[in-house]
Amino acid sequence: MRHFIEELEQLKTKLLEMSAIVESSIQRSISAVTQKDRSAAEEVFRTEGRINAIEIEIDEFAINLLALQQPMAADLRLIVAALKINTDLERMGDLAVSIAERALSLMEGPIITPMIDIPHIAGLVQSMVRKSLDAFVHRDADLARSVLASDDAVDSLRTACYHELTSFMEKAPSNIQQALNLMVVIRNLERIADHSTNVAEDVLFLVKGIDVRHHAEARPSAVG
Amino acid sequence: MDASKPLPDTACKLSAADLNFYYGSFQALKGISMEIFANQVTAFIGPSGCGKSTFLRTLNRMNETIRGSLAEGKILLDGVNILEQEVAYVRRRVGMVFQRSNPFPKSIFDNIAYGPRINGTVPNRAALREKVEQSLHRAALWDEVKDKLNQSAYGLSGGQQQRLCIARALAVDPEVLLLDEPCSALDPIATAKIEDLIFQLKDSCTIVIVTHNMQQAARVADHTGFFLLGRLIEFDSTAVIFKNPAKKETEDYVTGRFG
Repeated sequence: MRHFIEELEQLKTKLLEMSAIVESSIQRSISAVTQKDRSAAEEVFRTEGRINAIEIEIDEFAINLLALQQPMAADLRLIVAALKINTDLERMGDLAVSIAERALSLMEGPIITPMIDIPHIAGLVQSMVRKSLDAFVHRDADLARSVLASDDAVDSLRTACYHELTSFMEKAPSNIQQALNLMVVIRNLERIADHSTNVAEDVLFLVKGIDVRHHAEARPSAVG
Repeated sequence: MDASKPLPDTACKLSAADLNFYYGSFQALKGISMEIFANQVTAFIGPSGCGKSTFLRTLNRMNETIRGSLAEGKILLDGVNILEQEVAYVRRRVGMVFQRSNPFPKSIFDNIAYGPRINGTVPNRAALREKVEQSLHRAALWDEVKDKLNQSAYGLSGGQQQRLCIARALAVDPEVLLLDEPCSALDPIATAKIEDLIFQLKDSCTIVIVTHNMQQAARVADHTGFFLLGRLIEFDSTAVIFKNPAKKETEDYVTGRFG
């Protein structure tokens, strides 16, 4: 039993290592866009392989625990949540790579719009990622719920940014390439927010045993 | 399944109402109340000495063979208190299979025929043969023994002997079948056969099983009750008990952090 508890702790530690690397990658990809920091972008590309390797390592570790320890109740929920959070973290890493790629394109010319909205949306997204992972570490259901509430704000900001960039494109065809790159950056930030929402939902499943995805709390089969 | 109302709307077959049970001055069961649903599998889990087997044995009054034992409260079978009924009648309706297979020192055929014969439930030899064959089919044993019905039951393997005991219990068409750790002496293959059998039997029977093997309860049972120190701590759908139990004692037991 003690051995199993130690292995559960190892699983959490590995997941925290993964989340620290992914958070750094997201931070660097944003710096690459907002600060035109080429070395930050290159660091994101270098880190991608490490993230992929840890994803596989965590999956194998968790599947072994399922097969060999046949966990129940809170232990079962922890391992299932860890598997799902692991997938979301890896996807966030991929999105950071995509943002960094766009950052390199954006470095090639002067920017068409002041960098106000992107830092704003990036700050919100990073806060969601941070809170969802803190909620996992501290098993904090209230913090997880606050992440779910933030997702709508990110969606609204994305829509506002899209409108602004569309108007730039309408004004001059020469803006199109850069506006499209900025749209992809915003779209990827918004997707990172979606993945942090998934993490928060997994935390609620872990802590409370409830499924809040797709408004599942309202469905009669939410538990059991 | 609805978390706030996790138990089904199927008919209640058997229930206990504020049941206390004593072995002399020792109180083994304390105020047990629960409903067991028709054509479902209900499992009881808990550490040794928690009262789960005692409770199982009260459900067909098997405990009364122990001197100084006393049951208080009610056990209702289809709404009628079995503690006030004739015991042989109760045991015809509520059959039992024990931890260790206990075939009679007779032929396979005579083991199964024993119940129908003494109960006089079959009119003639042909009907008896049919009942024996049907019972062996229901216990998934027919194909393995059909060519040696007149041989001693002791020649069968442990797993076959346990299915023979199930067939013997089924031969009097019980409405409820109580299984007291039926697989604890069996290998994984024989265990899997018994578990498959439990799934098949619940169409025609209500099944209650006591098991020390939590994975077995998780695999076969629709509902699970957790017992501790003579009390029923939690009773819910099996998925809730093993995914998200409400009581800390249950959580500690199913995650192995007990004690």
